[in-house]
Amino acid sequence: MSDVPESEPAAASGARRSNQPALVLHVPEPRYRPGDHVDFSDLALPAAGEARRPDIAVDPAEIRDLPYSLVRVIDPAGKAVGPWAPRLSAERKIGMLRAMLLTRAYDDRMYRAQRQGKTSFYVKSIGEEAVSIGAAEALDPGDMCFPSYRQQGLLIARGWSLVDMMCQIFSNEGDRLLGRQLPVMYSAKQAGFFTISGNLTTQYPQAVGWAMASAIKGGRRIAAAWCGEGSTAEGDFHAAMTFAHVYRAPVILNVVNNQWAISSFSGIAGGEGTTFAARGIGYGIASLRVDGNDALAVHAATEWAAERARANHGPTLIEHFTYRAEGHSTSDDPAAYRSAEEPPAFPLGDPIVRLKDHLIAAGEWDEARHEALIKETTDEVRAAQREAEKLGTLSGTRFNHPFESIFEGLFEEMPWHLREQQAQMLREVRAAGIEAVKP
Amino acid sequence: MTAMNMVQAINSALDVCMAADPDVVIFGEDVGYFGGVFRATAGLQKKYGKTRAFDTPINETGIIGVAVGMASYGLRPVAEIQFADYIYPAFDQLVSEAARLRYRSAGEFTAPLTVRSPFGGGIFGGQTHSQSPEGIFTHVSGLKTVIPSTPYDAKGLLIAAIEDNDPVLFFEPKRIYNGPFDGHYDRPVQPWAKHPAAEVPEGHYVIPLGRANVVREGEAMTILAYGTMVHVVAGVLAEHGIDGELIDLRTLVPLDIDAIEASVRKTGRCVIVHEATRTGGFGAELSALVQERCFYALEAPIERVTGWDTPYPHSLEWAYFPGPVRVMEALKRVMES
Repeated sequence: MSDVPESEPAAASGARRSNQPALVLHVPEPRYRPGDHVDFSDLALPAAGEARRPDIAVDPAEIRDLPYSLVRVIDPAGKAVGPWAPRLSAERKIGMLRAMLLTRAYDDRMYRAQRQGKTSFYVKSIGEEAVSIGAAEALDPGDMCFPSYRQQGLLIARGWSLVDMMCQIFSNEGDRLLGRQLPVMYSAKQAGFFTISGNLTTQYPQAVGWAMASAIKGGRRIAAAWCGEGSTAEGDFHAAMTFAHVYRAPVILNVVNNQWAISSFSGIAGGEGTTFAARGIGYGIASLRVDGNDALAVHAATEWAAERARANHGPTLIEHFTYRAEGHSTSDDPAAYRSAEEPPAFPLGDPIVRLKDHLIAAGEWDEARHEALIKETTDEVRAAQREAEKLGTLSGTRFNHPFESIFEGLFEEMPWHLREQQAQMLREVRAAGIEAVKP
Repeated sequence: MTAMNMVQAINSALDVCMAADPDVVIFGEDVGYFGGVFRATAGLQKKYGKTRAFDTPINETGIIGVAVGMASYGLRPVAEIQFADYIYPAFDQLVSEAARLRYRSAGEFTAPLTVRSPFGGGIFGGQTHSQSPEGIFTHVSGLKTVIPSTPYDAKGLLIAAIEDNDPVLFFEPKRIYNGPFDGHYDRPVQPWAKHPAAEVPEGHYVIPLGRANVVREGEAMTILAYGTMVHVVAGVLAEHGIDGELIDLRTLVPLDIDAIEASVRKTGRCVIVHEATRTGGFGAELSALVQERCFYALEAPIERVTGWDTPYPHSLEWAYFPGPVRVMEALKRVMES
């Protein structure tokens, strides 16, 4: 049998190009797999302070270098350097540090709660805390966030109740979402936090639409969206970028490039030989690439983009270059596809340690206060968990919400076919002797 | 009252809603300056300005995605998908997002948006300008599906859809935009002006979603239809002097089950007519409902007259379209059983 497929006409593979090699399909492969020794010393990362800071009114065509550069503020000595260094009071920076520590403690507890069988699923944001918290601190409280599932830091930075978040994780009686949503798919309108879908990047055009609406109504609030580098490959990303540019929507479109989309490295999303920020160039959108483990850089870039949006100069795409320090979720085992040496070796450092080092270098912080803050935030999370667990945890046998609630709130008014199915369900569970549930 | 065709009635509904509520915005491909390829939005940009009636990029995912975002902000968007055949790129935004926003956020966010889209064949549109995808959406929980069959209904139903606080798909049978086509493609089409349902009030009125219209009372059998097929069936009944009871469903979800049950219990026979493909189509759901609820009243097997389970052909579209001959065959079969 010939290895030329039948679909290839004999003439085509014959005389005309006989001196050319056969075509080869390129399937991207990450540099390191399990067991490999890792060396990132050749990864060209611009130094802190190197990237220029243009005026917020800049024409996107004039900053086509920035998507290939890297906005960094905190240098290896902990100093905030360069034109992007934000003028933030010690109090605000310590507030960011606190939110990051709180997020890490929260993630740790909820991850363990999943392992203890108290919930079905959890997604940590460890190593990526600065991406959410730096942004939340730079946005106004009324600005609307359209997050993906790894932006719990936004809620925490905005001071949202940990107990409320945990009740969602446990799908318990206190879960405002009535146990309908997979854990971590929060919704908190009061905190300017859009209901998380779980289908990837659908929130991107929605954020653009929300921002368009704000502009149509002559409002003051802007929108921001987040997706992973992996899901920039979705059509929704392209749709959102096109609409954002066309209508000059007041929106910040964030790509969290944490290098891994479950088991697929960023090359599978189209990251080889380019950056995700560079996607914005073709759309005519101002685009920045930021050190996502540098809370001050994230803050500065977000603030720049927010001011730009508020001044009707249009959208900004921000790639946050970071690293997913652990598995995708509790359902994932990264040891099966990436080298265990990667997380500690990735040359961005821990975002909490970097902000801490900066504060210490600035004389605004010390080890003792840091230890005390770790204890304080850990205690706060532990206390919140005790409160939340009083309202129950997820269980397949003890139900936290009335059975009939699954039919409620689908439509504003329940149509007859749902009323009928609801009644049928209740008849059947009662006949089977299943105790449904206190109201 | 003014005599209007269906496009004019739809335009009037949009006009009434935009005048009454500054949060109503309309957009879609060619919708703004030009006023839509079928002219349904003509004049609205001039009247209400570019930020309330505008053109969009050719990206249905984006059109519905931004509509969901606008709705969550508090607007009442009315998006046009130029042909229902083009709606599939927006499928995820409709079924996973718009349809579930209220539910998954336990009422924090809602999607009071309306998606208008011309659908159905009989215009030599070929396989990408003729489809009837309503059954794909009636299968999804959280969406309402509305299909008018006259100018009067189109206006009242569209206003109801726009004022509804849940997402509504409003499929417009484009074959009857200009006249009540009876399926005789070889005869000249009558304009709407001669039809009583072309008398449309100029102001605001609503036809509640979820209520069918008994177009013609009768004893011989119940015929369930919507959109263009209402007129095809009416033509057959008139031409052959058959005393059938014709029900125009008008809304598929929520469905007027009471009207269907009452009629089938009376006649004992049921024929379901739609243009969409048969397998898994809305007719299958109707047939199951009638069987479940009216089994002991039935005197004949339920008949379905539908498009064939093939793509919509171009030159042979009248072999595909469930026209008067096929409708008559089905009526005969239920009468002879």
